[in-house]
Amino acid sequence: MIGGLFIYNHKGEVLISRVYRDDIGRNAVDAFRVNVIHARQQVRSPVTNIARTSFFHVKRSNIWLAAVTKQNVNAAMVFEFLYKMCDVMTAYFGKISEENIKNNFVLIYELLDEILDFGYPQNSETGALKTFITQTGIKSQSKEEQSQITSQVTGQIGWRREGIKYRRNELFLDVLESVNLLMSPQGQVLSAHVSGRVVMKSYLSGMPECKFGMNDKIVIDKQGKGGASEEAAAGKSDLGGSGGGGGKQSIAIDDCTFHQCVRLSKFDAERSISFIPPDGECELMRYRTTKDIILPFRVIPLVREVGRTKLEVKVVIKSNFKPSLLAQKIEVRIPTPLNTSGVQVICMKGKAKYKASENAIVWKIKRMAGMKESQISAEIELLPTNDKKKWARPPISMNFEVPFAPSGLKVRYLKVFEPKLNYSDHDVIKWVRYIGRSGIYETRC
Amino acid sequence: MPAVSKGDGMRGLAVFISDIRNCKSKEAEIKRINKELANIRSKFKGDKALDGYSKKKYVCKLLFIFLLGHDIDFGHMEAVNLLSSNKYTEKQIGYLFISVLVNSNSELIRLINNAIKNDLSSRNPTFMCLALHCIANVGSREMAEAFAGEIPRILVAGDTMDSVKQSAALCLLRLYKASPDLVLMGEWTSRVVHLLNDQHMGVVTAAISLITCLSSKNPDEFKTCVSLAVSRLSRIVSSASTDLQDYTYYFVPAPWLSCKLLRLLQCYPPPEDGAVKGRLVECLETILNKAQEPPKSKKVQHSNAKNAILFEAISLIIHYDSEPNLLVRACNQLGQFLQHRETNLRYLALESMCTLASSEFSHEAVKTHIETVINALKTERDVSVRQRAADLLYAMCDRSNAKQIVAEMLSYLETADYSIREEMVLKVAILAEKYAVDYSWYVDTILNLIRIAGDYVSEEVWYRVIQIVINRDDVQGYAAKTVFEALQAPACHENMVKVGGYILGEFGNLIAGDPRSSPLVQFNLLHSKFHLCSVPTRALLLSAYIKFINLFPETKATIQEVLRSDSQIRNSDVELQQRAVEYLKLSSIASTDVLATVLEEMPPFPERESSILAKLKKKKGPGAVSVELEDGKERGELNGGGDRGGDAAIAASNASTPSPSADLLGLRSAAPVSGAAPSAGSLLVDVFSEAGPAASSAGVNDDGFLSALHAPEASDSPLVEGPGDSDSAPPSAASEDPAPPLPESDELLNKFVCKNNGVLFENQLLQIGIKSEYRQNLGRMYLFYGNKTSVQFVSFSTTVSCPGELQSQLNVQTKTVEPLVEGGAQVQQVINIECLTDFIDAPLLNIKFRYGGALQNISLKLPVTINKFFQPTEMAAADFFQRWKQLSQPQQEAQKIFKASHGMDTEVLKAKLLGLGTALLENVDPNPENYVCAGVIQTKAQQVGCLLRLEPNAQAQPGEQMYRLTLRSSKDTVSQRVCDLLAEQF
Repeated sequence: MIGGLFIYNHKGEVLISRVYRDDIGRNAVDAFRVNVIHARQQVRSPVTNIARTSFFHVKRSNIWLAAVTKQNVNAAMVFEFLYKMCDVMTAYFGKISEENIKNNFVLIYELLDEILDFGYPQNSETGALKTFITQTGIKSQSKEEQSQITSQVTGQIGWRREGIKYRRNELFLDVLESVNLLMSPQGQVLSAHVSGRVVMKSYLSGMPECKFGMNDKIVIDKQGKGGASEEAAAGKSDLGGSGGGGGKQSIAIDDCTFHQCVRLSKFDAERSISFIPPDGECELMRYRTTKDIILPFRVIPLVREVGRTKLEVKVVIKSNFKPSLLAQKIEVRIPTPLNTSGVQVICMKGKAKYKASENAIVWKIKRMAGMKESQISAEIELLPTNDKKKWARPPISMNFEVPFAPSGLKVRYLKVFEPKLNYSDHDVIKWVRYIGRSGIYETRC
Repeated sequence: MPAVSKGDGMRGLAVFISDIRNCKSKEAEIKRINKELANIRSKFKGDKALDGYSKKKYVCKLLFIFLLGHDIDFGHMEAVNLLSSNKYTEKQIGYLFISVLVNSNSELIRLINNAIKNDLSSRNPTFMCLALHCIANVGSREMAEAFAGEIPRILVAGDTMDSVKQSAALCLLRLYKASPDLVLMGEWTSRVVHLLNDQHMGVVTAAISLITCLSSKNPDEFKTCVSLAVSRLSRIVSSASTDLQDYTYYFVPAPWLSCKLLRLLQCYPPPEDGAVKGRLVECLETILNKAQEPPKSKKVQHSNAKNAILFEAISLIIHYDSEPNLLVRACNQLGQFLQHRETNLRYLALESMCTLASSEFSHEAVKTHIETVINALKTERDVSVRQRAADLLYAMCDRSNAKQIVAEMLSYLETADYSIREEMVLKVAILAEKYAVDYSWYVDTILNLIRIAGDYVSEEVWYRVIQIVINRDDVQGYAAKTVFEALQAPACHENMVKVGGYILGEFGNLIAGDPRSSPLVQFNLLHSKFHLCSVPTRALLLSAYIKFINLFPETKATIQEVLRSDSQIRNSDVELQQRAVEYLKLSSIASTDVLATVLEEMPPFPERESSILAKLKKKKGPGAVSVELEDGKERGELNGGGDRGGDAAIAASNASTPSPSADLLGLRSAAPVSGAAPSAGSLLVDVFSEAGPAASSAGVNDDGFLSALHAPEASDSPLVEGPGDSDSAPPSAASEDPAPPLPESDELLNKFVCKNNGVLFENQLLQIGIKSEYRQNLGRMYLFYGNKTSVQFVSFSTTVSCPGELQSQLNVQTKTVEPLVEGGAQVQQVINIECLTDFIDAPLLNIKFRYGGALQNISLKLPVTINKFFQPTEMAAADFFQRWKQLSQPQQEAQKIFKASHGMDTEVLKAKLLGLGTALLENVDPNPENYVCAGVIQTKAQQVGCLLRLEPNAQAQPGEQMYRLTLRSSKDTVSQRVCDLLAEQF
């Protein structure tokens, strides 16, 4: 189990130190600083073993979070906990920065006491935590409420307290995907996958029982014709509209994980996703697909070396989705050789600039509709060097945001049942949004 | 560029550096550097000319980025341009960049060399210095090629500034060290030496480094520097501390220069010129005197400088090793340092004393400090100082204090640091051996050593103790007793078990008289350790067990039981299994006297260099020279004393240590070795000289040996047809005719009737060993000719002939032998024998060689007798008597009644009858005292069945005892011959 938890700033100064077990000494703090943060060579492994002690670290901007243990723990569990802790901290005070941590260190110690007990991770659900760890001092709670906390924390549904009431029962569903691609210069897909999340924000009264449906291939195939009527009954299932995928009916999900509120036994048996959601925001599921991915953009590079001192680059990007949709925050990053001494860029659309500090030309376009194309051409001057090494030609990378799910995932329905209170599925206002972002979206040149 | 910032401050650089320092992460730093590099690249693009200042600034930035650990692949050209600037700062940065970044095979080197040349000839001293520094810093071969001729000229030129001379001297030194072949001094030599007389102390200091280096390579050319150095030294030493102004360091006049002068003098023997020598001795005395004076300052720098000179002076005194007075004074001075507060001083004092101890003049003086040194060994906190103390103890040890020192070292060993334990162990072992007056003390010491620091006792140490115990009869009993006692400790180190196993196996009988160490007790003690030991030790213990069987027949049953147990005879380790099987068989088959010969006590080891000493030398490397020197002296002294000549010879011979398992019995090795005799000859001869029928060796490798029997016949190597060739060979001189067989050769023949191996012949010059194998009608005989002298035998030749009718009865083929037999060497000859039909005579072996010019001619009978071709035949009583009756014709029977010439020991008789080659049939004759044998003699022509009956009258008085021998065979000649042969045996 986790023996201790340290938070360092970028200089390796300890901001938070919480030791849970006696086998972790004071010198562990220094050991990590010396061997990882100040290491001569950048440490790339997230797990470091120093003197029979294991350090698991994650880095958020300039802040290092390190969990320490002497035992043989499940590394995945430790990282899950660290990520959860980042989420909790973000939920409490926003961005994780040295400043924020210094301002909230009492709160962080309080949180650490709550979510980790003798090194064993406890309830780290933000919603539940917020009920009894508040930033504005302890509210005087009635005895009733106090007893409720106990039963809630120890009870079966730890993530939701009873007696929540809303005048308007509302529900927001976000499908957030990031699409990763590696493409050859000739346009051949070398590897591509989508990792997505379904994030849910609910304001529902009582203890609602929800059922979530999507176009999972297994479910669709199983239901066959019979499923069609159900889909019709779901009403608002096709809220966000489809992306550029066209007539794709169902998608094959490679693997997925769920929030703890989802009943896994039911998913295993009938592949239906039913749950009692926590109040407020939660990540309902995470998934990954590799088949039939809609690639929102195609990058066509053209690099020509003119002699030893000149390089001509032409890059065309084509948007590949419905013309009615608009992609946003498009950024193309064209790497330049290390001996670049000057760059001239001409582009039709957006703005392009040579960023010397990153050794790249960065081309930004605010908006772009589907089925369009745009191009940039650049002339790069080179300084002749006596180095015989050839330029490695790193891939051209791209960032963007599109309002559809590149995996083709569609939410078919999300039904809410609350038998005890008098509102039905129809009374709940539901919103669905699809956002597709670029992950590592690269084309070799 | 902002004009205000021109000058030495480079604002852009300062800003850049502070930006980098303020970066919060590595990524930020890399970003900043990338940005700066792009900026510099755009500036260096070449389409606009940069002024010197900016060039300097950017080159500086590049240098800084490079030193941060990033690759720089441009800017070299700009740096080279800076070299031609007239501003000092710009030139300096250019040179700095080049000495850091330019690699030798760059294309720019030509440009750089050109710039350097210009600067060297510029007459501007600062520029010249910069150029010289650059050459020295790069120090590549190319630089040496380009400037090795130029620099000496600058160095000795009259008009060169002092500062440039200094730089030139050091630069030349650097080039000389990098590529000595390119720096040729030649004509400059004397002028360089005269730099020692330079007015400027700095020049002298720089020049002396160069001279020291050069003169260590070719001392003769620089011999003149000695007197100059001495006079320079005496001027410094005798000067008041204020005379030298800038070169006085904390009241010590020119300490660096003094040290260097003293070191230079160490390259040469003491000066022959009396005046020079007197002056030098005076200087050294002054230095020693100064050490006694109260310090002029409390500052540590003052005493450091003073001591540095003192230690260098002491090194010189030790190096000269000719002034007893000075040596003793130095020793006393060092003695004072031994208890100094400063750890470094104590260390240095101990180190210098180590070398002092090897000098005959100061050895006694060093010895007076023994208590202090021992104390240092015990109480010193710093491990390196303790190590030095141990070294010094080793160095100062001689006969008078050996016991004390060894005892102290042993007691220290228990608490010694692990890092120096092994070395300590070796030292103790060597001292104990070297100064051992009585060997019981030596044995005690080594056994203690193994007990205290068993893990660090290397193989060599215990090999050595065994060698010494084996070679000295007087300690064997004591060693056995001590080992036995040591083994009684509940936890013994494995090395102790090894020593114990070996010594008890050899000399256990010496303590067997005491009921507390009776044979069985000894065996049980050893066997109780058996299961805790590693495989090699177990193997050794098994050999010890078989030796026990020989030493104490009463333990035979117990040991056989142990050998027979599954854990031995089915051991998964092949070596152990083989030993167990072989030893078990050996113990059950061989008779007691066979056992006694096979398991003879080990012969003394040849005296050879102490393996431990060799190991210590290896461990210490070249650093051990002083110790070696000292060893040599000790030995010389001892040889003079004459009482330990044996041990002094240890170092003389260089024989390698054979593996312990081969040494132990000589038994296992005997069989395999015989195939490759010349290399391992001495061992083999040792075994044979005991004339023991090494039955086991034949037994062990029976199959492999005989299966190879036909191989030589097939090979095309020149074979000598025995009878024909010996006749047809024209005898060149009468004296070279085969000599008549020796009178005793018939006796020799009889000796080999019942055995196949042994020594056939021996005189002062030659020893002939024999080893033979027979199967059916074929036989192979190996003859080993050993040269017992140290002089080689020339034109050595051997011939085998079959006289008379034997020629048609026996087919003998020999291989020729090498005509040269080196002194102490052994050559081997193979003889293949085929029995065509039964025969009576034996083939003749004639050996001719020249020893010291005199021709030696020896003829012998080869021990090939008809019974060698016996095949044993097992049969039941009924069968036997049926055949016995079938061969009832009178000519088929031969009978002899003869007196017993040896005792009537049953086992011996049985062994002899078995050796005859027949099967010994039990429970056939109604009288159990009678012996009955059966066999078939295989010849190429026919097979002759043969039955034998031997009836002793054991009840008769000794001396009256008689045998009746009856032989019946299908051929009368055979009966008669075998009967004749056999009658001689009993």
